[in-house]
Amino acid sequence: MNHRLRASCLLLLLVSLIPCSLRAQVTAERLLHASDEPQNWLTYSGSYASQRYSALEQINGTNVKNLELKWVFQAQSLQKFETTPLVVDGIMYLTQSPNDVVALDAKSGRAFWVYHYSPSLAARPCCGIVNRGVAILGDSLFMATVDAHLVAIDAKNGHALWNVKLAEAAAGYAMTMAPLVVKDKVIVGVAGGEFGVRGFIAAFEARTGKEAWRFDTIPKPGEPGHESWRGGDWEHGSAAVWVTGSYDPDLNLTYWGTGNPGPDWNPEQRPGDNLYSDSAVALDPDTGKLKWYFQFTPGDPYDYDSVQVPVLANANWNGSPRKLMLWGNRNGFFYVLDRVTGKFLAGRPFVKVNWASGLDANGRPIITPQAPGVPTFPGIQGGTNWYSPSYSPRTGLFYLSTWENYATIFSGVNADYREGQRYTGGANTSPIPGADNPVGQRQGPVNTYTEALAHGAVVALSPETGKPAWKFEMHDVNTSGILTTASDLLFVGGREGYFQSLDARTGALLWKENLGGEIIAGPMTYQVDGKQYVSITSGNSLFAFALRE
Amino acid sequence: MRLRWLTLRSVLQCAVICSVLTVRWPIASAQGQDRAPQYFQSDIQYGAQIFASQCTSCHGENGDLIPGVNFHAGQFKRVVSDNDLRLTITNGVPGTAMQPFTFGASELTGIVSYLRNMNRFSALGLMVGDPVRGRALFEGAGDCVTCHAVNGKGPHVAPDLGDIGALRTAELIHRTLLDPAASMLPANRPVRAVTVEGKVITGRRLNEDTYTVQLIDEQERLLSLSKANLREFTVLKTTPMPSYKDKFSSQELADLEAYLLSLRGVK
Repeated sequence: MNHRLRASCLLLLLVSLIPCSLRAQVTAERLLHASDEPQNWLTYSGSYASQRYSALEQINGTNVKNLELKWVFQAQSLQKFETTPLVVDGIMYLTQSPNDVVALDAKSGRAFWVYHYSPSLAARPCCGIVNRGVAILGDSLFMATVDAHLVAIDAKNGHALWNVKLAEAAAGYAMTMAPLVVKDKVIVGVAGGEFGVRGFIAAFEARTGKEAWRFDTIPKPGEPGHESWRGGDWEHGSAAVWVTGSYDPDLNLTYWGTGNPGPDWNPEQRPGDNLYSDSAVALDPDTGKLKWYFQFTPGDPYDYDSVQVPVLANANWNGSPRKLMLWGNRNGFFYVLDRVTGKFLAGRPFVKVNWASGLDANGRPIITPQAPGVPTFPGIQGGTNWYSPSYSPRTGLFYLSTWENYATIFSGVNADYREGQRYTGGANTSPIPGADNPVGQRQGPVNTYTEALAHGAVVALSPETGKPAWKFEMHDVNTSGILTTASDLLFVGGREGYFQSLDARTGALLWKENLGGEIIAGPMTYQVDGKQYVSITSGNSLFAFALRE
Repeated sequence: MRLRWLTLRSVLQCAVICSVLTVRWPIASAQGQDRAPQYFQSDIQYGAQIFASQCTSCHGENGDLIPGVNFHAGQFKRVVSDNDLRLTITNGVPGTAMQPFTFGASELTGIVSYLRNMNRFSALGLMVGDPVRGRALFEGAGDCVTCHAVNGKGPHVAPDLGDIGALRTAELIHRTLLDPAASMLPANRPVRAVTVEGKVITGRRLNEDTYTVQLIDEQERLLSLSKANLREFTVLKTTPMPSYKDKFSSQELADLEAYLLSLRGVK
């Protein structure tokens, strides 16, 4: 044996003595207690309760003015940048369009690896080739793709571990959400509400990718709820699911919001309540069995998706502790539900609403359809949309991004279903003839029109009263998620490109920075080597801020 | 700070080894082309394997079942250059039974190499590897799983080989098994860093810029190091991977290569 071979063998022997992994893996137990390690951001919404609240408090109301940019990551994409990164022990994992995963050093923004996935050209997500992030369990990351695949990726080297196809992209199925890991399963839902898909939520074994269960959001003949559909309307009734759900480990229930019935704007083609569209559904994460549902907008003619992040809070209700679910809905109402049973507790508009005069004792809307040609409030994009809200257990307030004083003149038209074609059935117009209604994406850096049609705000709602404790108004509409922290700071972006910090108790502006591009994602925070960072995407870049040295 | 980089000597060593391999292995065949392409034994072997599984049902074992086409005799209807051959395989021939094939680059290289050398395949003493036996060698006598993972199963100190068959040609894999250090790509070079405090960090480089370097260390941690905090940083020219030149027979090497070429990533 020559010297070289001997040396090689010695090295091999040394390497063989190293355990497979000495790093702490992200166990299911760690995910359960994600809030206890605020230096990390382990799930899309920061914790299973989805409060997008952090116990970090190094950045506070006194020093927030000293925030400075630490690094920028520029995505290799011109698509909307909707990702919320995860941070695990100093490593940041984010997605960039269409379906790349990038591992970065969270202190410097320098990349360790990039995983590229080329989705099928048949993919046709309605509203942009976007992705909102990954989930993690063990040393595996999980990404849902725009061509309706779920991919597992090795967190150490970006190597694909498995790849399963959930549905046909050519038929309009897509996935844009960050998955939710519960125990040993990865849970996702499918988009496609504008293509007449039949929505579903499905769980997969994290280790193998084997499908464990599937919950169809539209019941088929013979199943409870099917009576809410006429004839074969249910087959293309949509009820898509495209934003991440929540989980209550004590109740062993996972909660998800479902989207509009199809076709979107022509309810005459699908008379009935159209279950379980526009609903919150509570599922057993082990079996996918439905425990309860609550439908916000029965027979929805306005595209009022209930695709919002379900926010779970434990708080006093009428003087007694109660497990609550807080929900700022696209239909303009703020709801408080009992998340044990799905019982409606309270509801109140948070923006101008005229499609319903209120909610009855069971939370069902008392509808007031507007005459043809009369604007309906809120408009197509809703009083809010999928943007992550926040709840601070310190202030007891629920924080929501809103579109204020916003309307659309809705007009349903007949839609023929053809697989893979848009199936929306609407000829909707702006309340101001000739003026474009604000749409889901900023049209450019110049804005001289939205104030006549809508404007944005952050509202801080009291769950007990549904009334705003304060409101921070913006000129343009607000497409940003919200983060709150234990130092009573609130971080929010907006369509104008400002990233700002507010006093979570008063709404007072404390700091702002113009990042230049539309902010259409949720802020998050983490800490590395004793320094707290706040991160947000804007335009096509991700920014990380921390206090000046 | 003292930084040591890949030395001129090692570059020259690498060049010499590569040139020896190039002289030793290529087989020239100049059928209808301006410049004689080079074909390598490993690619020819791999191509024979693919041909046997994908092409013989129409073309026959000797490639002479289609009228006007005889691969063994180098007779084609439309093909002149190797590029024509690749395009025909990739696009198929409309109006005929020749369907388009979605082969990767390494597979196409293999098939073309085999078709161009079919008439001398036996004379060269080439053999087709068995991926099942190759997997046994990979996990057993080859001891490859000590450092390499396949689609996440295994350690991370060396690259995951789960898609190596889609990334490398048969010839490159063959060379790596015979002389790993000479064939190691820059992206896979190990590094050694010594911090100003004297801490030694070794691992595999993942990324580098003017001021920082990112690596995975031997404890499988992703680390980002600031060069200002290093007193030494070396990109190593050696590799812990042993040569299998004298360890495995030609048949065993062919088997191992067949297994590695079968690893095409998750679909």
